[in-house]
Amino acid sequence: MNDWFALFIHYLPDFIQGAGVTLELTAVGLGLGFILGLALALLKLYGPKWLRYLAIGYIELFRGTPLLVQLFLIYYGLPSIGLTLSQSMSAYLALGLNSAAYQAEFFRGAIQAIGASQMTAGRAIGLSRWNTIRYIILPQALRLVIPAWSNEPISLLKTTAVAFLIAVQDLMAEGKRAATATYNPIGSYLAVAVVYLVLVFILNEILKYLERKTRIPGFEMESKKV
Amino acid sequence: MAKTILTVKNLTKKYGENVIFKNINLTVNEGDTIVIIGPSGTGKSTLLRCINLLTYPNEGEIWLDDKEITAKGCNEDIVRQHIGMVFQNFLLFNHLTAIDNVKLGLTKVKHMNPVEAHTKAMYELERVGLADRAKHYPGQLSGGQQQRVAIARALAMDPRIMLFDEPTSALDPELIGEVLEVMRKLALDGMTMLVVTHEMGFAREVADRIIFLEKGGIVEEGTPDDLFYRPKFERTREFLWKITELYGKKEADKK
Repeated sequence: MNDWFALFIHYLPDFIQGAGVTLELTAVGLGLGFILGLALALLKLYGPKWLRYLAIGYIELFRGTPLLVQLFLIYYGLPSIGLTLSQSMSAYLALGLNSAAYQAEFFRGAIQAIGASQMTAGRAIGLSRWNTIRYIILPQALRLVIPAWSNEPISLLKTTAVAFLIAVQDLMAEGKRAATATYNPIGSYLAVAVVYLVLVFILNEILKYLERKTRIPGFEMESKKV
Repeated sequence: MAKTILTVKNLTKKYGENVIFKNINLTVNEGDTIVIIGPSGTGKSTLLRCINLLTYPNEGEIWLDDKEITAKGCNEDIVRQHIGMVFQNFLLFNHLTAIDNVKLGLTKVKHMNPVEAHTKAMYELERVGLADRAKHYPGQLSGGQQQRVAIARALAMDPRIMLFDEPTSALDPELIGEVLEVMRKLALDGMTMLVVTHEMGFAREVADRIIFLEKGGIVEEGTPDDLFYRPKFERTREFLWKITELYGKKEADKK
């Protein structure tokens, strides 16, 4: 136990550095996924037919294939058509494109739960379709989505570990390095697991805060009858 | 002669083979309060939704003032600014306070500046007696108060005509009165209104004309006295009797 603790302390600066990269991957992947996912959800629900099918196709494709395959296709595959991306760029892109497919489904669900009636109410006072989406539907849907969507950042944070396989120097890579240097893989990966756990815990608290902060007064899920 | 605000000509709406209503003709003059009654499923709500183009009729024309709003190329967003609508389920914007609900159309549709919009919104909330609830969210208001905010929201746009789609049907009995009171006041102020309701007391007292709609057609129309005391059709008498029995026994007895 003491040995393990010594190892943990010794490699902590490296782990922290790796954790920084992991958090970067999570943030960029989540951000890219958010923007693209929201666009996909809106297209799937409100877009013209061909865009609707495009969105559905995208979502099915990216949810239906392993992230690792997508990452390898981007990193090793794209250069063959003349597009060479750095390791971290490839990881950002793969995580973002993949996360978008999942986030799109969360958004779609929330938008549908807000319902056609709010669209009717918006249109009835003369708002255009897009303005109703912007001022009425999205502000409500983005609040409603938080509890379910909160799984995505947590899940993504752990998923970023695949970036290690294209040699991005993330937390996982630091763990591997410690394992090689100390001949103690169990201790090293346990230490890395602890750091992941702490990151998830912090992220979870942030998400809970966000959920509390955006709650609409007097409007809890149970009271939503209309 | 009063100015005609709304004219409905030979309006027909069907969903596939299912005819909702057929060849409806209707004229609403400025300041009129017209009450539409009829059994459920006769197309009353669909008729209102056609009038502000939330759904499109299959045949016929709708004229607002001197413009055919069912004409090709007519901007429905502009039409709806002139037609206020109040729904059975209030349909307030749940993420906005009462005042912001009323203000939204002013700032985002009419592009009024925020200060002016605020003043106007407060004025409309006062009109429905809810100035003191301006900062409350819909979830913090009773059903009756929510419906009054919804009325204020529609009024804020200064519509030419107000459509009410069973505005009290979703309310607890003790909350119906406050909403009807607001509507009564509106009618007295000269607002042009088209009201679908089962509130016979309100219809008798406020309506200039009652239209009895059944099975997709107008059975009979006339003044409240005509329909209540001198109905042309046995079916009208039967329906009015039944619905008065259910909803407005007391008012009927008073008379």
